[in-house]
Amino acid sequence: MRRERVPIVVAVLAAIGAAFFILPLLGLIVRSPWGDAVKSLTAPETLEALKLSLIASLSSTAIGLILGVPLAWVFARVDFPGRNLLRALTTLPMVLPPVVGGIALLLAFGRRGLVGAWLDSAFGVTLPFTTVGVVMAETFVAMPFLIITVEAGLRSMDRRFEEAARTLGAKRWTVFTRVTLPLIAPSLFAGAVLCWARALGEFGATITFAGNFPGVTQTMPLAVYLLLETNQEASYILSLVLLLISLLVLITLRHRWLGSA
Amino acid sequence: MSLEASVQLTLGALALDIGLNIEEGEVVALLGPNGAGKTTLLRAIAGLVPISSGHIRLDGRVLEDAATGEYVPTERRSVGVVFQDYLLFPHLSVLDNVAFGLRSRGARPQEAAHKAGEWLDRVGLSSYAKAKPDALSGGQRQRVALARALAPDPRLLLLDEPLAALDVTTRAEVRRDLKHHLASFPGLRLVVTHDPLEAAALADRLVVIENGRLVQTGSPAEVTEHPRSQYVADLVGVNLLTGQADHGAVRLPSGPVIAAVGAESGAVFAVIHPRAVALHRQRPEGSPRNVWPGRITGIELMGGRVRIRIEGEVPVVAEVTPAALRELGLEEGGEVWLSFKATEVGVYQA
Repeated sequence: MRRERVPIVVAVLAAIGAAFFILPLLGLIVRSPWGDAVKSLTAPETLEALKLSLIASLSSTAIGLILGVPLAWVFARVDFPGRNLLRALTTLPMVLPPVVGGIALLLAFGRRGLVGAWLDSAFGVTLPFTTVGVVMAETFVAMPFLIITVEAGLRSMDRRFEEAARTLGAKRWTVFTRVTLPLIAPSLFAGAVLCWARALGEFGATITFAGNFPGVTQTMPLAVYLLLETNQEASYILSLVLLLISLLVLITLRHRWLGSA
Repeated sequence: MSLEASVQLTLGALALDIGLNIEEGEVVALLGPNGAGKTTLLRAIAGLVPISSGHIRLDGRVLEDAATGEYVPTERRSVGVVFQDYLLFPHLSVLDNVAFGLRSRGARPQEAAHKAGEWLDRVGLSSYAKAKPDALSGGQRQRVALARALAPDPRLLLLDEPLAALDVTTRAEVRRDLKHHLASFPGLRLVVTHDPLEAAALADRLVVIENGRLVQTGSPAEVTEHPRSQYVADLVGVNLLTGQADHGAVRLPSGPVIAAVGAESGAVFAVIHPRAVALHRQRPEGSPRNVWPGRITGIELMGGRVRIRIEGEVPVVAEVTPAALRELGLEEGGEVWLSFKATEVGVYQA
């Protein structure tokens, strides 16, 4: 096949566009104080933030799977009035500014919130500014990615496999666990990875709803932001770690989900 | 004991209204053109499409009855299905595919694997037990699908175009195997197909449907000898005319009267084999009483013979040898005379 000639204007604009992405990454790599890398990474505050980030993001992903897969199934399979509205509401956090999401969470689950006030008075349970609050904020922002990915998987699968399973005597739960879930495994995996990556990078909703307490609610992105004020070079190293994780996610998804082009 | 189905339902443009019985020991083929409703009827019997009126009973037990609202879900119907493209589970091994129905019906894993292994043995695929379905050829997949459907020991086996996904070279062999497996299965058997050869080879009785309705049923020999619709006549490759019999003659609706030995009275079908139709450049002299002019609208080579489609007062297809075609100098659009003997016209009640 003949290679297509690139019009000069397109080439220049595309090059500028690419540079806009590459230069900041390059800056991060070039300016990072590699000599202090080990010290910055093993500092107790860093390790604490990293641990909290992993626990919170993995918890969000687990909750996302437990609640998001049934939601995706309902959206894909059940026709009910208001379905589109409900779908729009559950995917709204994808486009909502995370800070707004944090405020909304406060108004619902804060100590004076709609549900929060009742939780506080009836059970003495406080959610905001706790590690549970971090998980809630991350789930709120990240779960929609899992929902839409899994719903797309459910919609595109060949449902006749489920019919074949039923003719073989499989009840609904067996059909779901032994046929449906395995067949949508690629979507499930991609959705979970996207959800986890989004949760790991969450900043706005977390700092609004859960605050920034080291060891309790201070995740990696929060730590990076804080270090920028006090110890810039350490914040560069942490940024680089987050960058590498994101890159890893992207490469994994490219193979498992987007297909190698 | 048997299957009794009376199925009425509407699905898109298809309005299905069919009564179908399958008796003990019988292999029934459901034959019809694409879109006739064959697969929909099969799906209704399996409980995958709801019926809007009628009933489905298996051995006297109600599976579905629109009048009373009774409905036994697919998974409790004891109906095995071989789907058109087999629908083997791509994520399971061949053995696990065959064991699926046994596991679903409560067999322990080891027991299910053992029985599935026996079934694979029976269809000659034990060496592929651990393979994934996409590693198999079309014919092998068909055998796995059959083993999977039979393993849970269903009362009724439904096969939807079991050979359609195969290429021509393997079809004959797989058909022979399938016939053998169908013969050794003790339950009721229904094969859906659009291929008359397949239907005749596999089944004891054909049920022909068109546009959602039954048009004819009988043994393969009865159906091919006495087609009762244009579709069946085309499948068998004979000319089918309808008309009113009047002692030795059949009057066609458009006017012409055909001499036919054996015609008595009433509405009848008249069948003329294309080979019994003779062609002439000039109006022939002599014995045949059935002589008609016409115009050639199509010439096609079929095997060693040439089929010539003729429009006219009596529209027919004639079959001649290529040599005869050259001798007569026939070509599309040309005028021609056709003749056939009164003894070559088969007449039976409509």
